[in-house]
Amino acid sequence: MDLNLSDEQKLLRGSVERFVAESYDADHRRRIANDPLGFSPLVWKQFADLGWLALPLPEEFGGLGGGAVEIGILMEAFGRGLVSEPYVATVVLGAALIARCGTTKQKQASLPKIADGSLKLALAHSERAARFDLAKVTTSATKTSQGWRLAGSKIAVLDGHAADEIIVSAHIHDHRGPSGRIGLFLVQATTPGLVINDYPRLGGGRACNIELFDAHLPEDALLGDGSDALPAIEWAVDRAMAALGAEAVGIMQTLLDTTLEYTKIRKQFGRPLSANQVIRHRLADMAMQVDEARSMALRAALKVDAAPIERARAASGAKAKIGKCARFVGEQSIQLHGGMGVTEELEVGAYFKRLVAFDTLFGGSAHHYARHAELGRRA
Amino acid sequence: MDLSFNVEERAFQDEVRGFIAKNLTEEMKRATALTPSVFSDPDIGMAWQRALHRQGWGAPGWPVEYGGPNWTPAQRWIFETECARAGVPNVNVMGVKMVGPVIIGFGSPEQKNLYLPRILSGEDYWCQGYSEPGSGSDLSSLKTRAVRDGDDYIINGTKIWTTHAHHANRMFALVRTSDGPRQQDGISFILIDMKTPGITTRPILTIGGDHEVNQVFFDDVRVPVANRVGEEGKGWTYGKYLLEFERGAGIASAKLREGLKAIADLACSDLTGRAIDSPDIATRISEVEVDIDALEMTELRVLSALQTGQNPGAVSSILKLRNSEIRQAVTRLGADVIGHDALAVEPMRPLYKLNHEPATPEEMLTVMPEYLNGRAYTIFGGTSEIQRDIIAKMMLGI
Repeated sequence: MDLNLSDEQKLLRGSVERFVAESYDADHRRRIANDPLGFSPLVWKQFADLGWLALPLPEEFGGLGGGAVEIGILMEAFGRGLVSEPYVATVVLGAALIARCGTTKQKQASLPKIADGSLKLALAHSERAARFDLAKVTTSATKTSQGWRLAGSKIAVLDGHAADEIIVSAHIHDHRGPSGRIGLFLVQATTPGLVINDYPRLGGGRACNIELFDAHLPEDALLGDGSDALPAIEWAVDRAMAALGAEAVGIMQTLLDTTLEYTKIRKQFGRPLSANQVIRHRLADMAMQVDEARSMALRAALKVDAAPIERARAASGAKAKIGKCARFVGEQSIQLHGGMGVTEELEVGAYFKRLVAFDTLFGGSAHHYARHAELGRRA
Repeated sequence: MDLSFNVEERAFQDEVRGFIAKNLTEEMKRATALTPSVFSDPDIGMAWQRALHRQGWGAPGWPVEYGGPNWTPAQRWIFETECARAGVPNVNVMGVKMVGPVIIGFGSPEQKNLYLPRILSGEDYWCQGYSEPGSGSDLSSLKTRAVRDGDDYIINGTKIWTTHAHHANRMFALVRTSDGPRQQDGISFILIDMKTPGITTRPILTIGGDHEVNQVFFDDVRVPVANRVGEEGKGWTYGKYLLEFERGAGIASAKLREGLKAIADLACSDLTGRAIDSPDIATRISEVEVDIDALEMTELRVLSALQTGQNPGAVSSILKLRNSEIRQAVTRLGADVIGHDALAVEPMRPLYKLNHEPATPEEMLTVMPEYLNGRAYTIFGGTSEIQRDIIAKMMLGI
């Protein structure tokens, strides 16, 4: 039992914290917020050069074989700078699904390109009617003589506008009709019949809704052997929730630091805000919740490779708890900044919005406490 | 990073399990399960202390030269976790975890030779004389006075919330020996034989129906000056040192988990009409379980830092605060899970020696008393408000 960072992990943390502190300041964030791409291709190239895109990929395909703890280290630092590059979409979700489900040929085709920064991915899974239920998919993939025909709609596709390929989940219909299996399909962004409606995402970056109007795909667009991909989707989303949890911790830490500084400087009634016990106790509660969130993000990361129910309970528990802490820390940061906290003139609001996006994505606290309880009954 | 235990740690886990299986009697187990207050009856607790002592495990936190087992933080974690899982009795914490470390740190050689072996063996049973009716959170305003008379102090005053004073043969107390410029000055740390003439004890019943705490009165109580620990007037320093041990024992999540498991078992049982089938109850159980997961991870993070010689700092206040709040959440959940059975009051104590058929099933007997008595968790050992002050000051610098 040892929860101390290894020397390599400390080096990684040092380098990503330095990068974010030096290259990712408020001006940079403002510039990319008004950019139609929503992130900087130059920064993406730097991620590749620093080895962060290759970090969790398998070594035989050009990766560095890192794990969820290393991803968590990156993500926490990304959170501190509100990094908006499509890291979760491409690396944490996309690359992980290809590495898990893909054939050797598919892995060879994609993973080295992800590592060098030349291939960006997105996962299109959620559907409006499914709400947060990962098992509910109505998009269909029908077997044709040439390959596949996809039809349906997806929402909340993270960074889909920037992806070279979108991984789309769909119910497989073969020659005998609906198979009851969900398949994952690699859809080129240029595929006729694929329509992308992208929008600025709450808290930075972009997302999109997509429509598939009988989009025709080649035979080898199906990822892997066509066995049911739901377990892999649940696995990938659990990993993404652990990674996003670490990002939320970084965001919360920045909000706590900023708010603490502000309460020391801001004077009312002739003394600093922090001289009031009600303010000090609020900040103590915020510090405590940041710490609890940090523990839960680490726990989820350390359990991503556990047996499915244990992994899923850790991920849902972390998502629910960190979401709750995030709302508290975010809302109180605004409260303690007073009127200025509600304006776009400070960055407090931007950090808060990213936390709200975190809490919502893949389901909020109520959903994940319920999933945690349901999985507990199955355990 | 690794959450799992290595080969040596697993071997130690087996050793602890073997020890518990051999020494924990059914009576001890049942008595512990049926104790709705913090501390086990001394009969039960000290029998367990003797078993631990025979094994050389009487004081896990002590340095090896005073009889500690020289465990790593991970071993202490395993030991505490296995003890919680098995439901072992509480030992005399006031001796092993409170006064013991103070005597080791600041006591004279004579004091060490006299008291430490008797704590290990369970011959002495200690109580803590800190709070007074006028001095709760503002502890250093205490007024119990010790006046020098030759080789003795003569003590007058009163202490309150004295856990198991009615069982204890010894007390460690903070008393005022002089008045300094600050109220923390002039306090001394004194060891008192509870059989000394002039000491009387008044029981205080808590709202769960238990007699655990007392008020103790001192009327011209004569105590040898040799019973003072460390320097005269420096007692506040020693007392604070002790409070850090009281708060920062640091391994509480395992017990919380067992407490929640008992409530979840009740919720899954026909005795409660399967309370778990209410989505509200099921979700609340998950919420508390997740809070325990978070606390456990924080404890393990602190433990890992300790293994490499780092100082955890003010995090002991976070651990105390969260432990007490989660404990209350568990007991609150319990009180809701048992439904109408919450209305039945069983006044007899101890519950494990009940000589009549209780109105509720035995599994539920402690639930409401634990909820009621448990309101004290966020008050004793420094209230939650005091802990928040400490976090703000020590962690945040405000």
